[in-house]
Amino acid sequence: MEQSVNVPKPATRPNIRLHGGLLALFILLLFNALVTPNFLQLQTLFVNISQVATIAIVAMGMTLVIATGGIDLSVGAIMALAGALAPLIFLSDFGIAYPALGVAAAFILPLFVAAICGLFNGAMIAFLGVQPIIATLILFISGRGIAQVLTNGNLQTFSNPSFSYLGTGKILGLPFQGWLALAIACVLFWGVTRTIWGRYLLAVGGNEKAAYLSGGPVKRVKIGAYVICAILSGIAGLIVVAINSASDAARNGNLMELDAIAAAVVGGALLQGGRAPIFGAILGAVIIQLVKYTLLANGVEDEVALIAKALIIVAAVWLQQRRKV
Amino acid sequence: MLNEDAFDLRRYIQRNSASATVWAVLVLLISFGLMRYENFGSAYNITSFLNYNAMFIAISLGMCFVIMTGGIDLSVGSVAAFTSVIAAYLSPYGIQIALPGAIIAGCAFGALNAFFIIVMKIPPFIATLATMLGAKGGALVISGAQTISVDWSSNFTKLGMEKAAGILPWTIVIVIILAVALWIVLECTSIGRTVLAIGGSEDASALMGLKVNRAKAFVYILSGGCAGLAGLFLASGFGAGQPLEGIGWELSAIAAVVVGGTLLTGGMGSVPATVAGALLLGLVFNILNFENGRGTISFSAYWQMVIRGGFLFVVILFQAQIMSRQKQVRS
Repeated sequence: MEQSVNVPKPATRPNIRLHGGLLALFILLLFNALVTPNFLQLQTLFVNISQVATIAIVAMGMTLVIATGGIDLSVGAIMALAGALAPLIFLSDFGIAYPALGVAAAFILPLFVAAICGLFNGAMIAFLGVQPIIATLILFISGRGIAQVLTNGNLQTFSNPSFSYLGTGKILGLPFQGWLALAIACVLFWGVTRTIWGRYLLAVGGNEKAAYLSGGPVKRVKIGAYVICAILSGIAGLIVVAINSASDAARNGNLMELDAIAAAVVGGALLQGGRAPIFGAILGAVIIQLVKYTLLANGVEDEVALIAKALIIVAAVWLQQRRKV
Repeated sequence: MLNEDAFDLRRYIQRNSASATVWAVLVLLISFGLMRYENFGSAYNITSFLNYNAMFIAISLGMCFVIMTGGIDLSVGSVAAFTSVIAAYLSPYGIQIALPGAIIAGCAFGALNAFFIIVMKIPPFIATLATMLGAKGGALVISGAQTISVDWSSNFTKLGMEKAAGILPWTIVIVIILAVALWIVLECTSIGRTVLAIGGSEDASALMGLKVNRAKAFVYILSGGCAGLAGLFLASGFGAGQPLEGIGWELSAIAAVVVGGTLLTGGMGSVPATVAGALLLGLVFNILNFENGRGTISFSAYWQMVIRGGFLFVVILFQAQIMSRQKQVRS
């Protein structure tokens, strides 16, 4: 099998890949500057940063999972679950009685639940040997169901300035979630490139058997990747809720798994595993968001945008497969 | 005259002992339902149950073949939504045009999947995920994001609402014919055996000179065609082409296939057990509806998804156990 010879490659090849992405980004920006009305405005930048942050955060988690040779379809459902829990907590009697504690719990508890979801995914895959796509399919469908059961399918609206800061706050004039995504990227980049855990992560994706035989903690590393991915999805879910000041379990994170996979692949993650380009994922997320924005701003319907996204995914994976040969 | 290669019923049953459980559970659930609810065995409940589940059995049959090759088809739900719109548009011309039209539209998406997977060498789940998006977008574009009501004056709605000879719904008659045909294809034709061989080991099958690509193209086009048929049933049974339907259908189909004892890694599977798996899943919801009706429990529609996921989880646990036992036997 070709997977067995797929050793993590030196840093030069991902750079070529990144340049391809950068070229695509440049073309998109140029096109927009020339065609899209009001593109070169600060407001456009803000809108795009606040939108791209959620995709980027989830895409980074997805990149880690893909680096182990897996995939996580449950990210959107986990976003919905975390997003449904937060308002439930700070709108509860406890949350109203102790506002500060309530908001703190509204951050911590949903992320804890998200982590458990990741643990569930990871354990299914590492201990039972279930294929990642099937294992994560379980939460993909029932996670959103649980969120809807919790909220009874209702839209939860609220006004809670301290919670909404996550989605509407600004630091140095730029949206808070943009900085958050950047901070997460830096931490993950350090983790992947500078720690033993990062080395094992790539080793597991490159050749799982070899990693196991050389004494690597394969199972723990794999589970870790799914847990991190789930926590990041949870954060993204909270951000979406904070932006909207409302939580809609049916729509929060809907089809996010596609955006995240597309962003990770466009950013240079190899579906066979063994490569974890964290900043590539951000680049991929920016490209995906810009494509969406370009279509939307030029009056293309949402439905056609779906088809465009499908084409981007196919094209990106196809280019990847060709380069491998 | 005994021929070793000939079809042997006893060996067939032995080989499929893993899927025998699903039949046992099915019988158990049916007898439970019959004893507990007085209308459970009524002609109305049976025919409406079969009629509603015909579309799920159809997509499960297609999915079964895809999974047997070790692949997956996530696009079935969107494709069914797309073809339901096509069928609604074709309904004025009658079922004789709408039936082939919907199936051809479904097969076209299957062919697209096959092209992505075989020619472009894109992993099945990415390829079919993209098709899922494309079909969904396509369905919304051609329908203008509206449900398209069918023409009631033609014979189109007869398919989904009337019964053959006054006994069985037409949809289930078609599904039975489909299932028997596919059973024969799987057990008795070279393409069927190639499907199983690919799931066992694609490389070995190719080296043995089996027509791997032909069989793979067959399963994806078949799955698309089955989804097309399901879309037709949807439009005909509910009187409208519904571009927003089909969400989560791929999961139901995968669950039905897995419940039927087909290994997710491919190489093993059974057509009748898949039908039983689909019926079993449908029956769980039928029984839940009856429980809701009695007022002992009250489940909102949102529970369906949770239960479906939970069901899949339990089945996967069983499968993981079977697989690890098989590994022990082999080594």
